[in-house]
Amino acid sequence: MTSVMDQPVGILTHEPPPAPEWVQAFRAQSRQALTGLPTLRDEAWRYTNLAPITGTNFVLESTSQREMTRADVARLRVPELDAAVLVFVDGRFRPELSDKAADLGAGVTCATLGEAFERHADLVRPHLGAASSEHDDPFTRLNDAMLSAGVFVHVADGIRPSRPIEILSIATRTVEPVAAHPRNLIVVGKGGRVTVLEHYIALDEGGVYLNNAVTELIAGDGAFVEHYLLERESERAFNVSTLAIRQGAQGVVHSHTVLLGGAIVRNNVVPVLAGEGAHCLINGLYVGHGDQHLDNAMRVRHAAARCESRQYYKGIMNGRSRGVFTGRIVVDKGAQKTDAIQTNRNMLLSDDARVNARPQLEIYADDVRCTHGATTGRVDDEAVFYFRSRGLSEPVARAMLVYAFAAEGFDRMELVPVRRLLAREMIDKLPMARGLSIEV
Amino acid sequence: MTTPLLEIRNLHVRLEDDPSVEILNGIDLKIMPGEVHSIMGPNGSGKSTLAQVLAGKEDYEIVEGQILFKGEDLTDLGADERANSGIFLAFQYPVEIPGVSAMQFLKAAVNAKRGFEGQGELDAGALLKHFRAKAQQIKVPFEMLKRNVNEGFSGGEKKRFEIFQMAVLDSVLGILDESDSGLDIDALRIVSEGVNSMRDGKRSFLLITHYQRLLNYIVPDWVHVLIGGRIVKSGGKELALELEEHGYAPFGVNESAVAGA
Repeated sequence: MTSVMDQPVGILTHEPPPAPEWVQAFRAQSRQALTGLPTLRDEAWRYTNLAPITGTNFVLESTSQREMTRADVARLRVPELDAAVLVFVDGRFRPELSDKAADLGAGVTCATLGEAFERHADLVRPHLGAASSEHDDPFTRLNDAMLSAGVFVHVADGIRPSRPIEILSIATRTVEPVAAHPRNLIVVGKGGRVTVLEHYIALDEGGVYLNNAVTELIAGDGAFVEHYLLERESERAFNVSTLAIRQGAQGVVHSHTVLLGGAIVRNNVVPVLAGEGAHCLINGLYVGHGDQHLDNAMRVRHAAARCESRQYYKGIMNGRSRGVFTGRIVVDKGAQKTDAIQTNRNMLLSDDARVNARPQLEIYADDVRCTHGATTGRVDDEAVFYFRSRGLSEPVARAMLVYAFAAEGFDRMELVPVRRLLAREMIDKLPMARGLSIEV
Repeated sequence: MTTPLLEIRNLHVRLEDDPSVEILNGIDLKIMPGEVHSIMGPNGSGKSTLAQVLAGKEDYEIVEGQILFKGEDLTDLGADERANSGIFLAFQYPVEIPGVSAMQFLKAAVNAKRGFEGQGELDAGALLKHFRAKAQQIKVPFEMLKRNVNEGFSGGEKKRFEIFQMAVLDSVLGILDESDSGLDIDALRIVSEGVNSMRDGKRSFLLITHYQRLLNYIVPDWVHVLIGGRIVKSGGKELALELEEHGYAPFGVNESAVAGA
């Protein structure tokens, strides 16, 4: 699946920092499998031109324009959310800016990946790569080969940490563009329950950088895990995020992804429903303007019987932005009674905005219910008339309807502070929405 | 002499996209403050078009004639300005808007009207009080306001919510576009009671309906028969009973042929 680039790519030549031998062996295996970054000739990447990434001379570390303070962190984290916050700045863990995760309670391990390699190898080793190996993708292999910084969360059987965990990745303006490969591993035991947020945000204006993140989520039987990806990168930056999930029987995973920032963004969600009766919700929203390119690739694999998956993805594109949605549902031979729904709805706000939607089904079982649908349209004129006939001006009616289109997905999120933050972000980003007063 | 609340003079309307289709051809109608008028007609007679044209829908072109509201020509006003001036259209098919709560929507609408009238916005407390009072008057459960606009509402709930909106916005002319369609007797009664509770000698209503049934509950002062885009007969409430008995056949309409058109 990987292809050789016409010219050598800097990020492929970077060397990861030292690590225990077994980690090095894991890296080396992926490094071998990695021959280059994808091009438009790769089916999975045919709508996303990576030339701006391959043409950038990234470094692993560079001097930042200014020092981060706790006040910055307080401003950038999800407001009003009582979470344990682990802070990374330009790809490096910053303990002095982070909360102590120790108070999450007995049975919860929350540590940096480096720390976990040393102290919790017995918990990490069996799971590292268990979900991500499902994702046949050069960026994931590159992350494997570089893995060093990130967060390890382990929740023992039946344990429910008192607070969500927010992994806050802040990008500053650096002298040279930095490439980071964040790697998180979340392992939840039987009946455990946890909420993890990955939050990518640029400090002030933000510069050019790359975040190539992989999160593996292993949800045991009957576990309930809610995962958020809030992508608020600099609009000059690149973000490739992969969420690889493996679910046990009766396990429930809710994945919420919101793409707001970034010049080129690729969001992969790759769940494997491996135990009977598992349920997976894949909820997403991408909002583009200017020249943003927001690419979403879902591959939901039903590997066991009687599982349910629900994909609800929405795009709102303005300016010359482009959205991509590729949604594949794979139903293994033994996965009878699969119940899978996929919808992708897009709203175009300008003549130059575009969306490419590709729903794909790959079904090897015979007793399944799989539906998919993709629509792309504009603001519904009938609804605009309805709002105007109640006295709202046309611009306000349109702004409210676009907001409503986005907000439908927010209702599926359990964390109210996240909904509030997103409502504010939407109002900031949507044309003519500034005057809207929305309470969540 | 009192100015009519609504006066329609020789109104000719055609479809903007297809000018060869003239839907309304020469309507004259005068509604005085406090009056209830009913327009009855078979399918395809132009009833709903009239409602939408009055509310300011832009798919239609006024070829000839005038619409005066409180004595002023409103032809150049947009739908929002007409609403803020006091015209309310209760939709036949209210639009479902997932993602916006009914409360949110009505707060925005009330404050838009206040802005139009040059008044400041109402604060949250005053709005809630206003909504509570109107919910009681129209007999809608206050909980309805916490749901998304029309989302998952039953047919009856949708129509009730329309009337509630009119009460909240304190509109002076209510145009009810087939508010009776698809309602059972109980829902019809509740909707009608809501309308009747707003009749105060100043507020007027234009009831657009196919059937006489609604008029048992909201008794009109005038009934007009609309056929082929023209009012062919006007009379008192007894005209509705005549229509109930003989149908539109005496006016040369073959209902079974028109139905489904």
